[in-house]
Amino acid sequence: MKNYDLIVIGGGAAGMAAAVSACKNGVESVLIIERDDALGGILNQCIHNGFGLHYFKEELTGPEFAERFADMVRELPIEVKLNTMVLEITEDHKVKCMSSKDGYEELQAKAIVLAMGCRERTRGAIDIAGDRPAGIMTAGMAQRFVNMDGYMCGKKVLILGTGDIGLIMARRMKLEGAEVVGILARGSYPKGLKRNVVQCLEDFGIPLYLSHNITNIIGKHRIEKVIVAETDAKKEVIPGTEKEFDCDTVLLSVGLIPENELSKGAGVELDRKTSGAYVYENMETNIPGIFACGNVLHVHDLVDFVAAESDKAGAAVAEYIKNGEKGGDIFTVKNGDRVSYTVPQKIRKDNVGKAGVDICFRVPNIYSSVRISITDGEKEICGFNRDYMEPGEMEKVRVPGVLLDKASGDTLTVSIVDQEGK
Amino acid sequence: MYDVLIIGCGIVGAAAAFELSRYDLKIGVLEKDNDVANGATKANNAIFHAGYDSVPGTLESKLIVKGLRMSKELCKKLDVECKDIAAMVVAMNEPQMEKIRHLVEQGKANGVEGIRLITREEILEREPNVNPAVIGGLLAPEAGIVNPWELCIALAETAVRNGAEVMLSTEVKAITKKDGIFVVETNNGTYEAKYVVNAAGNWADRIHAMVGGKGFTQHYDAGEYFLFDKNQCSQVHSLVFACSVEKGYKGTTILPTVHGNLLAGPNFYRVDEPDDVATDSERMAILKQRILEVVPTINFREVIRTYAGIRPNTDVGDFIIAESEQCSHFINLGGMKSPALTCSTAIAEMMCDILRDCGLELKKKDHFIDTRKRIVFHLLSEEEKKAVIAENPLYGQVVCRCETVTEGEIVAAIHRPIVPRTVDAIKRRCNAGLGRCQGGFCGPKVVEILARELGVSPVDILMDEEGSYILTGPTKEVH
Repeated sequence: MKNYDLIVIGGGAAGMAAAVSACKNGVESVLIIERDDALGGILNQCIHNGFGLHYFKEELTGPEFAERFADMVRELPIEVKLNTMVLEITEDHKVKCMSSKDGYEELQAKAIVLAMGCRERTRGAIDIAGDRPAGIMTAGMAQRFVNMDGYMCGKKVLILGTGDIGLIMARRMKLEGAEVVGILARGSYPKGLKRNVVQCLEDFGIPLYLSHNITNIIGKHRIEKVIVAETDAKKEVIPGTEKEFDCDTVLLSVGLIPENELSKGAGVELDRKTSGAYVYENMETNIPGIFACGNVLHVHDLVDFVAAESDKAGAAVAEYIKNGEKGGDIFTVKNGDRVSYTVPQKIRKDNVGKAGVDICFRVPNIYSSVRISITDGEKEICGFNRDYMEPGEMEKVRVPGVLLDKASGDTLTVSIVDQEGK
Repeated sequence: MYDVLIIGCGIVGAAAAFELSRYDLKIGVLEKDNDVANGATKANNAIFHAGYDSVPGTLESKLIVKGLRMSKELCKKLDVECKDIAAMVVAMNEPQMEKIRHLVEQGKANGVEGIRLITREEILEREPNVNPAVIGGLLAPEAGIVNPWELCIALAETAVRNGAEVMLSTEVKAITKKDGIFVVETNNGTYEAKYVVNAAGNWADRIHAMVGGKGFTQHYDAGEYFLFDKNQCSQVHSLVFACSVEKGYKGTTILPTVHGNLLAGPNFYRVDEPDDVATDSERMAILKQRILEVVPTINFREVIRTYAGIRPNTDVGDFIIAESEQCSHFINLGGMKSPALTCSTAIAEMMCDILRDCGLELKKKDHFIDTRKRIVFHLLSEEEKKAVIAENPLYGQVVCRCETVTEGEIVAAIHRPIVPRTVDAIKRRCNAGLGRCQGGFCGPKVVEILARELGVSPVDILMDEEGSYILTGPTKEVH
């Protein structure tokens, strides 16, 4: 059985960043296992720009961003297995994988980084009634056909869901000559980034229908028309508001699901809120030596944040291999009022330096003039004012080490409260 | 000139072709769709029924126990996924319990082995997720689960290997009889035959009418289903039927599938057309409640697909396996509703007897093939996996990550006797796209492999039936 210090599962942004960071921090033998035929993951099909503004301080396309990391991987002594599928990961860090080139293999690692990304929610998962014709596909699948394979998959397109891929694909289909008859948001606001709403819809005159959903798809072989209705505050269809869209294609951008089937097999505990692993401040899961980062941990809106989180995971792997398992007292991070989830979910007190600890989270609705309040029991240990918050934008705050030292309990609660006097 | 032309290549037509291919005969099968198993065979609850539902005295009741045994044996020989599993009917109230006592008596009359009443306690011990409000039920240990389309494909393929011909995308338009010979006109040429077998499923009455036949009319009794992610599979371990007191409806079933998913359905409603398989959200909301009444722990957030199928029922209410009264040498296999999947091989055997009685000489072939072997990669042991990849590296390349389907399996399927030409045809043969991402990742790859192996453009690859195109053309050529 071949041995490695670190095996990274997935060669997208998260996997490459974690491998590079681990290597730079002194981990000697690193292997990235990638199922596709190139490094880069989904970035390779994201040929639009807008990547890298935070991480590289310049604007790049998806493939360019991926290439920056792929270059670093190539420059460092990191081994890469392409076209290789991982079939199983075990609690004691064995990785079973297979490829045409190397056949069926069992590998042993000292540490593992889970960086498998996510998959898209499908029609079945969102329960759209009607016929089952061709022409219904996830936005990501359409993106692959158009950007990677060079084929169009529709001429008159309706998009359901305002996730970022849906917004990007609205513009992409339009640029390729298709008519985009509309994009439907099931809630009262778009889910994706504000900048994508402006640059992909408004700039191209694509109609956005807030609080609308598809109620029926009609078409024996290919979609012929789609029935759409307005929805109320509970996202339930309002009878009598139905209208008909003449189109041949429906693209779905209705959510991403972290791909954690392998993680579960290794005994990694998952958070129902994120569908990703419960992690400590250093991205380590409940299984010592197994770390998680990127979209397999929680769905990010910017790859820049994926890379930053994965840097941290890589550094933590180096520390784990050098000094072993961490112990000590633990804070549990709790979702307070108006907070959907947090990452990390647990913080080891002794593992937080002066720089402090980053906490990422999302809010379930749109809020103005609020305060992010981090409390230890009744006592606020730190707070951050925000003029505006929305579910589409992940929030990140850093709790300084000195403030954390003041906390005496074992629970930190992150809540959104009104600003004083407002 | 064919000795026998079979119209329709669902499970019944395929079983008929397989049985007839034992004999020295020229057999043709005409299928209107571009693949076999494309009607009721692909949209049902994938069950081998135990036999207690069939009313004693009916054809169904005579064939069911024998059919169950024959079908299970055939699955083993033809390498089709099939598993023995008990059927359980559960009652939530006294009228349902009354019906269940009746079903047990009926089952005993039909020769269903081991059928008995079971107590609430035994139900909950066997199926801890069943609603504790259950008051009792029946257990029939000999039922089963099966991959219905794979059984149909296996039967049709093996018939072809034994010399039968299957003509896909060949729709029968008219049938005339001249000097005792049938002339069958299709969109794809004219075929002549001495005998015709009508296995047209939901279209059987229309085909029969082409030769002036009457005597039965289709009832399009549809049903909807929910298919769940594999993480819901262990919700139940047997076929759990919610007892139905409605006539002709066996009740909603909750079961693990041979693929390791959980399946729940169907409901029961009538539609006007034989191909109206649209689902309806109101009906499905009621079905969902009905399912949750039986197994309240099922997580509907884990649904990966919903679908509807149509039972090929008729006003006769029983199987119709007989020579047409209006047209000699024309054999109807009509009313092929459930449990036709279970009975298909027994039905085909009975059809052979009828053909013999009609004067067709059945002389056994010297070398009849009745076995089949294929590689299902994810079912192999680690040693076997190593060996098949070493022999053919395409088995090392995973295409469908959810179901671990390799390129080797897809390429092998494309080169089998009945050529799959569509993405759904690949799904039926290899399970690629059957899993939790529903082809989101492997869809484009399957299109690419099909185009490459068939020597056509990706634009020509369909999702399923004629007209179900996926791609509209190369980019930059939209207008």
